Amino acid sequence: MEFWIELVVSVFLVAGAVFVFIGSLGLAKLPDFYTRLHAPTKATTLGMGGLLAASAILMTYQQGHLSLHELLITLFLLITAPVTAHMLAKTAMHHKLQITEKTVDKELSKRARERNTPT
Amino acid sequence: MLNTAITIATTLVCISLILNLWRLFKGPSRPDRILALDTMYINSIALIILFGIASGTALYFEAALLIAMLGFVSTAAMCKYILRGDLIE
Amino acid sequence: MKSQPRFRLLPMPIHSLLLFVVWLLLNNTVAPGHLVLGAFLALVIPLLTSGMQSPQPSFHKPLVTFRYALMVIADIIVANFEVALLVIGPSKKLNPAFIAVPLDIQYELPITILASTVSLTPGTVSAEISEDKQWLYVHVLHMTNKDELIALIKQRYEKPLMEIFEC
Repeated sequence: MEFWIELVVSVFLVAGAVFVFIGSLGLAKLPDFYTRLHAPTKATTLGMGGLLAASAILMTYQQGHLSLHELLITLFLLITAPVTAHMLAKTAMHHKLQITEKTVDKELSKRARERNTPT
Repeated sequence: MLNTAITIATTLVCISLILNLWRLFKGPSRPDRILALDTMYINSIALIILFGIASGTALYFEAALLIAMLGFVSTAAMCKYILRGDLIE
Repeated sequence: MKSQPRFRLLPMPIHSLLLFVVWLLLNNTVAPGHLVLGAFLALVIPLLTSGMQSPQPSFHKPLVTFRYALMVIADIIVANFEVALLVIGPSKKLNPAFIAVPLDIQYELPITILASTVSLTPGTVSAEISEDKQWLYVHVLHMTNKDELIALIKQRYEKPLMEIFEC
């Protein structure tokens, strides 16, 4: 295998895995549910993007023709991540989950639960 | 070099899965557990993709795609269930 | 907003194109047989399902749409680095907040796209929308300046969307 392809694939793989790891680390260590929600929805999208890009490059090289179907999973995750995040945030507000003390404008979550206007 | 990269990536993804499992057991609330499950299915896709790269076949793509679709639907269904106490109203 | 399709035989051109591309990606080939089958499905499925769609404002400016998509992808990458740094750093320094962003667009499709964009970009997750579709509630992971952030969301994401959908 040519050196530069191996290099690019390796960099994508490690970078993707690091982002996936950071997403899970955030899920484990952040203080309350709403902050935890940020880590997996964002870090994981880019992490999966990196891993799938590495897979696409490698498969294209190995099979000798363009192999882009990994893009499909990336696209799918990109579309579903915000929907999942929104549904989880809705659920959390419905269940009145504890919000960490420092949060600015905590009262807004109550208005949001009722789907009212903020004032 | 590629083999080293695959080993590093697999290790990181496995540690992520353990962290998710910890959050799944610890909770403390049900949305937390759903979020942990949601992250777990994404990480398992990562693991399958890595396994596909390591064994050099494209056969695992379908499995990854299926997990992605079913995972999203199940997360949505679980959210809906604990949001309304019912799936089909 | 148009409820009457522009072309009778091709009621949803964008959906047709998307179906065709996804079919080819799914089969990972450009073999002639799959091109024909993909084209057939891309023509027939929208014809059968166009009746199910509720009327939505349509895309008007392909160039602006393309630029918006590129900008969002770039922002997603930047956002990921920012969130990664915030996650690795000490959690005590975080300054989470709820904010309410006033919305100028009223239709469902643009609001959905705006909310998804907000969820994927720097440190924000859209949580809920008010019943009258006037306010978007957003949770921010680390807020430095409230007014700046609201202005950023409105300027950077809402304005091009309003331009794209012409509403």
